[in-house]
This record gives sequence, C-alpha cells and structure tokens, in this order.
Amino acid sequence: MGLGLILALPLSFAQNYGPKPVKMIVSAYEKFFRSIPELVILFLVFYGLPRVGFRIPAFTAFVLGFGLRSAAYQSQIFRGAIQSVSSSQMRAARSMGMSNLQGFVHVILPQAFRIALPPWTNEFTIVLKDSSLAYAIGVTEMLRQGSYVIATHYEPMLIYLTVAVIYLGVTLTANKTLGYLEKRLALPGFEMREPIR
Amino acid sequence: MSEKEPLLRINDLHKAFGKNEVLKGISFEMHKGDTKVIIGPSGTGKSTLIACINHLVTPDKGQIWLEGEDTVTAKNINKIRQKIGFVFQDFGLFNHLTALKNVMIGLVKVKKTPKDKARKRAMEELDRVGLSDQAKSYPAQLSGGQKQRVGIARALAMDPKIILFDEPTSALDPELIGEVLHVMQDLAQSGMTMLVVTHEMGFARTVSNEIIFMEHGVIVEQGTPEKLFKNPENKRTKEFLFKLEDLYGEGE
Repeated sequence: MGLGLILALPLSFAQNYGPKPVKMIVSAYEKFFRSIPELVILFLVFYGLPRVGFRIPAFTAFVLGFGLRSAAYQSQIFRGAIQSVSSSQMRAARSMGMSNLQGFVHVILPQAFRIALPPWTNEFTIVLKDSSLAYAIGVTEMLRQGSYVIATHYEPMLIYLTVAVIYLGVTLTANKTLGYLEKRLALPGFEMREPIR
Repeated sequence: MSEKEPLLRINDLHKAFGKNEVLKGISFEMHKGDTKVIIGPSGTGKSTLIACINHLVTPDKGQIWLEGEDTVTAKNINKIRQKIGFVFQDFGLFNHLTALKNVMIGLVKVKKTPKDKARKRAMEELDRVGLSDQAKSYPAQLSGGQKQRVGIARALAMDPKIILFDEPTSALDPELIGEVLHVMQDLAQSGMTMLVVTHEMGFARTVSNEIIFMEHGVIVEQGTPEKLFKNPENKRTKEFLFKLEDLYGEGE
C-alpha cells in the first residue's frame, strides 16, 4: 500500500498535467494493471522476473506485484479527486507565481486528498485483505501461518475463523482510523450538512 | 527606469481560440499609479486580454513589456507573475486554507518569506481590506464580498507592480459590490496601478483616469471618463455607455 501510494501520486500528477506522451504511457500502465487479475500479476512477477535475470524472494515479489497493481487503482482515485478540484484553483495558484508543481503540492493536493480519502480507504481495505493471496507464491502471511497451525493441531475451522476475526479486527480498526482522519480534515462549509427533508 | 517609460506596454496583441479571433491587435500602455477601466460587451476579449498580461493565456502575437522587460519571451514566467496581482471574478480563494493562510501562502511558498513575517504582513493586508476579524475563517464561511476582499488582500501581500481585476464584482449583490469597490477606490488613491475589467460605471467614472472601450477584439475608443461619458467620438461607444447608464443610472 505504501509503495502504491508513493507511485500513485506522481502518476496521477503526470496523468493530469504531464505532456501527451507521458499521459499515454501512464494511461497504458494503469489500463494494463487494472485489467489483469491480482493472482496473475503475482505469478508473472514471481516467476517472470527470474526468467529475465532478476531473482527475487517471494516477499519482494508480493510487495512489487501489489504495489504496481494498487498504484494503478490509486492513481485513478487521485486522478478523479484532482479533477474534481476546480480548475480555477490552479489558475489562482499560477497567477501568484507558483509553478505547476507548487500549485499541485500546496493547493490541489490538500483538497484532492480530502476528496480521495473515502475511496482510498476502500482501496486500502481491499489491499489489506488481498494480501492473503500472497499465500499462493509461498509468502508466510497470516493464512499460511494458520495452515501450519492446522497441520499440527488439526483444527481447521477454528483456525480459519481466527484468521477471519483477525482480518476483521485489523480492517475495522484501519477504517475507523481513516474515518477519524476524514472527520479531522473536514473543512468548515464542506462537512456533511443536516439532511434535506 | 525613467519617469516617462510606461510600467506596462502592450503592442499589437493577438489571440485566437481555434478559428475564433478574440484579440485583433490591442495596444495600450499604463503608467505607475494609473487606474484604467476596460469596458465592453460580453465576448469581446476583455478577460482574455488581462489573462494574457500575466500569461494565464498565451498570446499568439504581439508584445507585452512590464517595466521594460519583454514578458512574452521571458524565461521565468513565474517570476513575472509575482509582480502582477490578479483578482478573479470567482474569487479563486484556496478552499482548504483560512483567510489568513490564503494571504500568507504566496509569501511563504513563492517569495520564501519567513512564516512569522508573512503572518504579520498578511494580517496587515487583511486589516487594510477590513477583515482582520475574519482571519481564521475559511472561504466557505465568508460572504462573497468578504471573499473578494481576501482575494484583493492576497494580491496586495505580494507587493505587485500592478493588479489586474477581472470583473471583481460581477458575482456580488449590490451591497457587497459597494464594500469591494470601496476597497478598490482606496487602493487607487494610495497610488496602486490597476487595470480593471468591470461594468461598474460609477467606479469607472469616479476612480479611473482612463476608460478603454473594447468591442470585437479591438479598442474602439479610449479616453478620460469625462470625454467618454460626455463626448464620445464613436457611435458604438455612445450606444453602449447609454445602455449601461440606462441600466445602472448615473453612478455615484
């Protein structure tokens, strides 16, 4: 997720403000990784990279595969958020002498981030749970750890339920924290209003 | 720089959007302390013209000099923009920042002023537009007139050589227009160089020292308010001003 975020921000900047060829490359990247199932990406990275000479441990393959895929999704989240910040904001930023990058960092991003937070929370939750797919390339994540315990104690249902409860706990906590962040960052005048009758 | 050299000189400015020729050769100059008002029907390129001056829109042809420096061929356009204040019709305040931070951000991020100094300066400018009590408010908590005054304070904080106003009061109700115009009037009296696109005839008449009447991408007529209002040479100028006066009365 961290790798995804680090990659996603420059990607969304490039897709919104970059020159045409850059936009096309980013868009191709994003289409590619969003169109391939996660498990296939993992296999491609884990078995494919050694073929072209990069021997990497399973965990690195997992981080790389997930990072690249999640960056594609996150760049879309941020692209949408950036586009929903009014273009007059960038105009105003440039009019006072800011560069494109300064305008993006100081004016657009703080506003886009607030808009992106709910869908970003969603993506975060998905990645968190999909990490169980790393099982398939032999990373010792929670599910594999669980299966080791099953092998010695032979209590499959109990162990799977425990794994489920742990995932549930972690996800709910993460969502709660991000929800709190969302509230903290809410701008006066943009918060949820009383419902219209 | 000699006394005679204009602060801003524009020569034969052209701009087209696709096939639509918006500016067809605009030339005029402004000296330090001038307040000029651009009037004219909608779609005649008034806003495009002032957007060209700080290069928010890139002109196709023609020259613009600011203090003798050619801004069209200038390498660092951001440096030039720092010298030109811009006040937007839709305010353009940064929604995620308080009024104070809106005024500070240019000083801190662009001019690299230390924070405490920038804060002090920003408070002074907010005070100047009568909003020091709203420093902690976010744009969404301010009225339109207050937003525009913050917009003016933000432009002022950068110590601009000239401020461009793009229909600063068009989105406001009559009462709020008054408070914004009042601030602009004070500014003009304090010697700020201002170029204002507006339909406020009262302001044009009492504050400006020259009115530029534009139509279809060219300057039809320009002159002192007395001359244009009392004795316009061009028939079209007469018609337009007559209509405006019909609508808005004689002004202040």
